[in-house]
Amino acid sequence: MLSARKSDLFFLFITASTLLIGIAFLHAEVQAARNLPRLQQQAQMVEKYDLTDLALCTEARYTRHPSQADRHTAFQDHPVSLEHFPTGSVIGPSHHLK
Amino acid sequence: MRAWVEKQRNMVDFTLSALLRRKGKNVSLLAVYTGVVFVLGSVMFFTEGMRREAHLILHGAPEIIVQKMVAGRHDLIPTAYMEKIRQIKGVQSVKERLWGYYYDPVVGANYTLLVPDDFKLGEGNIAIGKGISRKRLAYEGDILSFRGYTGDPLTFQIGEIFSAESELISADLVTVSEEDFRGMFAMTKEVATDLVVKVRNPKELATIATKIVQLLPDTRPILRDEILRTYDAVFSWRSSLMLVILLGAVFSFIILAWDKATGMSAEEKREIGILKAVGWETSDVLLMRFWEGVVVSASAFMLGVLLAYGHVFFASAMLFEPVLKGWSVLYPEFKITPFIAFNQVAALFFLTVIPYTVATIVPSWRTATIDPDSVMRL
Repeated sequence: MLSARKSDLFFLFITASTLLIGIAFLHAEVQAARNLPRLQQQAQMVEKYDLTDLALCTEARYTRHPSQADRHTAFQDHPVSLEHFPTGSVIGPSHHLK
Repeated sequence: MRAWVEKQRNMVDFTLSALLRRKGKNVSLLAVYTGVVFVLGSVMFFTEGMRREAHLILHGAPEIIVQKMVAGRHDLIPTAYMEKIRQIKGVQSVKERLWGYYYDPVVGANYTLLVPDDFKLGEGNIAIGKGISRKRLAYEGDILSFRGYTGDPLTFQIGEIFSAESELISADLVTVSEEDFRGMFAMTKEVATDLVVKVRNPKELATIATKIVQLLPDTRPILRDEILRTYDAVFSWRSSLMLVILLGAVFSFIILAWDKATGMSAEEKREIGILKAVGWETSDVLLMRFWEGVVVSASAFMLGVLLAYGHVFFASAMLFEPVLKGWSVLYPEFKITPFIAFNQVAALFFLTVIPYTVATIVPSWRTATIDPDSVMRL
């Protein structure tokens, strides 16, 4: 019985993986085109309700609405209060506050 | 050409057999390497996807928002400011925006309360986001109770639940009528949360923002461009989250490559000595080591990229969820739109595969050039 050489198996694996990465690129293209109406619908909602931020981190107001925050919001609790919400280290200060 | 191809295949056969002889070590190396590529790839796909998605969604955000500042803090703005801003040449319209936060002690979540321009559901009714509906087990037609500024309960009927597709912007959103909002927070008609300004010519946005500050020095205008740039910064590779993850991954990769580059085991050195003793050229040894680097790094790269793609775009970046959630009770359920660019994957390839392959060849160059007899005596 003929058995496949190790090198053949390796090149087969690399070819299959490259093909899968190619399929991932194709999937990304198709999915992005398919999601466009949903994104447009969300953009319309943003326009309709005058929204400014993504509802990604809802624990603190300066991470819920980073674009609307002022310099003090992260230290709002008392004068020497340190910024302590976990997402505060993820969502940095707004562009215009830097 | 055929002979060259056959030589390379033989070399790969030999390399794979050599790697499999040290199965435990090399499988763990492959697993760690794949993990590093997976983390780097996930971060790359996630940030790019979120950045592009935020851009597409938020391009409809207000052109200029005017906030009132008191002692460095955002404060309620007098509606009388609207008339003053309207006087500025180039301003098309000014309207008030009423919004705020409500902490719900029942589930410990923060909601964003907002008054739309044209609230069709009427007084006593609200529309809520899918996140709130999920958390409170509240559906259309149900009654939700809120506490007013006096502490008395205020009940609202749910007239609408925002679609699941819009969760990324509406998970914690509650829209109410102006009367209900003002009644709930004891806000008089003379004040609003902030103002939304529309201008005739978008090129004049910055000029008008400057004029607003000159006219009303206690205000702060926020331009749409600044909102978009905020999200660019949040999801850029220099943002805090990404830096922490990237640094961790990059350092583990450096340790990996350093370990490889600084030395070979006595067994590996002896193997090279034997190969040279049986007639292998230095170039053959280097070729074998090159293939060893390629086999490990290419496999890890392919697996890592594919796993990262699945993690971010099929599993909604579930490993990043605890980081983005923090102490939040409400978290949107959403699928990230896969925006990937070829140059991203190429950058990842050059950052991971090339340095590792080079790091594999360098120490073997040193070993392959010394006398086989002395290597075998090690």
